[in-house]
Amino acid sequence: MEPVRTVEGRAIPFGRKNIDTDVIIPAHWLKTISREGLGKGAFETIRTDPDNIFDSAEFAGSPILVAGDNFGCGSSREHAAWALLDLGIKAVIAPSFSDIFSGNAFKNGILTVVLPQEQVDRLLEVARTEPVTIDLETQTVTTPFQDRFSFEIDPFRKHCLLEGLDEVGLTLARDAQIAAYEARASTDMPWFAKGTALKDTGIPA
Amino acid sequence: MASKPTTLYEKIWNAHVVERRDDGTCLIYIDRHLVHEVTSPQAFEALRMSGRTVRRPELTLAVPDHNLPTTARLDAAGHRLPIADKESAQQLAALEQNAPQFGIRYIGATDREQGIVHVVGPEQGFSLPGATIVCGDSHTACHGGVGALAFGIGTSEVEHVLATQTLLLKQSKAMEVKVTGALGPGVTAKDLILHIIGVIGTAGGTGHVIEFRGPAFEAMSIESRLTVCNMAIEGGARAGLIAPDETTISYIKGRPYAPKGADWDKAVEWWRTLRTDAGATFDKSVTIDAATVEPTVTWGTSPEDTAPIGGTVPAPESFADPSKQEAARASLAYMGLEPGQKLSEVEVQNVFIGSCTNSRIEDLRAAAAVLKGRTKAANVKWAIVVPGSGLVKAQAEAEGLDKVFIAAGLEWREPGCSACLGMNPDKVPAGERCASTSNRNFVGRQGPGSRTHLVSPAMAAAAAVTGRLTDVRELVG
Repeated sequence: MEPVRTVEGRAIPFGRKNIDTDVIIPAHWLKTISREGLGKGAFETIRTDPDNIFDSAEFAGSPILVAGDNFGCGSSREHAAWALLDLGIKAVIAPSFSDIFSGNAFKNGILTVVLPQEQVDRLLEVARTEPVTIDLETQTVTTPFQDRFSFEIDPFRKHCLLEGLDEVGLTLARDAQIAAYEARASTDMPWFAKGTALKDTGIPA
Repeated sequence: MASKPTTLYEKIWNAHVVERRDDGTCLIYIDRHLVHEVTSPQAFEALRMSGRTVRRPELTLAVPDHNLPTTARLDAAGHRLPIADKESAQQLAALEQNAPQFGIRYIGATDREQGIVHVVGPEQGFSLPGATIVCGDSHTACHGGVGALAFGIGTSEVEHVLATQTLLLKQSKAMEVKVTGALGPGVTAKDLILHIIGVIGTAGGTGHVIEFRGPAFEAMSIESRLTVCNMAIEGGARAGLIAPDETTISYIKGRPYAPKGADWDKAVEWWRTLRTDAGATFDKSVTIDAATVEPTVTWGTSPEDTAPIGGTVPAPESFADPSKQEAARASLAYMGLEPGQKLSEVEVQNVFIGSCTNSRIEDLRAAAAVLKGRTKAANVKWAIVVPGSGLVKAQAEAEGLDKVFIAAGLEWREPGCSACLGMNPDKVPAGERCASTSNRNFVGRQGPGSRTHLVSPAMAAAAAVTGRLTDVRELVG
């Protein structure tokens, strides 16, 4: 994964609340077996309007999206994160995110920045004409008008993003700890360990 | 020293901590992993590219459901029929190859046990009380109905679970939804969960795991509890769960992957301890009186847009929040509804009975009870019943339910996700309405331009009979 330190550039002043993953990428785009090329389907229903902001000359390809409350609610599809990436979006700013979406975004190196509604409102206004800068190291969002908003981020996520670390690789390095848990669980909760290795026939009426 | 009283959620969490980090993040062991064709290809591909293997293949079960057409899968000679949509066929073929390649048990499209992952897991006894269960699908919350901590994950997490059998997670907050009293006649688990989401909103449970508590849930069958927990995600909670009890234990007993012998006895002993201690505290608590819940329908494009069937379409101005007013205006425009319109006068052209929310045997019995001796209204063009699994289908046929549906003019299909989401040929045409037992009424969810009204199976059956949203209590006494 590429390290993320700063994201700067034009920010799409989108602002709508409760944008679900079906809006970010409709289900018929999920039939791919690759992670690439989903930008074409991103926000498809919104982009049927010829005057939509995503295809406007001014905002197409912008690295930041400013959205409303509860962004990314709905399904667990990681395709939503892949679609945003393919559209060129590297950071989303919103008052809140769905839990699954923010996890998926993080795992793909997309920064999700939570700011209070009034600061998001201010960014929605500024972004119409000016660029926005997100600095992960200092955890701040700034604008050319001296706006300076601080945001919180989980320290582990920050570390992984700054270093571009692969989470699977990090966990595989904890093999001894996982093996120790499995040994413990095989005594304490032996019924979980067998899984589909447990063969039987039929199922009760 | 007496230990601090804990919630059911904390008990399951604590039993699965591999390692606790200084920042409070935990490496959590995953007991059960379900895989389907849509969210897994990129995970298997990533494993292959990095030369990684599946740590515990026996803890993962793979079954196709999302893309699979629900029409006949075999021709008269017993040969598999090809899948017309090339991309779906490719995704299904990828799962069929990936599962055995990585040593994972695969239930194939034409196997008797095939079905929707969230129906198959509990039915096979693969989903167990107290287990941590994940799947690349947000409705994994469903398995909370058997008292498991179950939640949806993204594809990178699917890869993480396959490779390490763990996930790195931050503990959620605990929320309780307490329902006092008993549901009235004709009011089902689906009505209750729709009502709850209407009360808490789609972000009401964000950052929380919901424990559903109280006599209304204790009185429910496992099928009903699965329906309730299934939609916890529509209330923003990653997981919803109901404490396992004797109903749960007798449901699990004897299922193919249920523990046996001494393991069973030990498991039951532990399961009986899985309940929230008296004095344990929740970060958030909501109480609802079951007696106030009516058969419930949705009028908008968010699952929180609920109303009792006797009610009317709300005016956008009736909401205090300006952004909710705007969302309601957009919803009504999309749904083609006017404020003040009686919900019982809204005509439907389509009826869908199925999905991981409502496709179990109890759901089909409830729908058949309403449809028996009746036929669908002339204005209902398309009405389908899609059992949640091959085993549900066989059971329904043994009870003659299929004949009731067919006699009423409904189609009887093969198991799968079907018209819950526009990924397979079962779609609702643009501009038309569907009384649907599924879980999401999002814009375009059942096909581009489709208008969804979420209802219970009995209410869907009633809508099929009258051709409009209908209080089922008017049809059956």
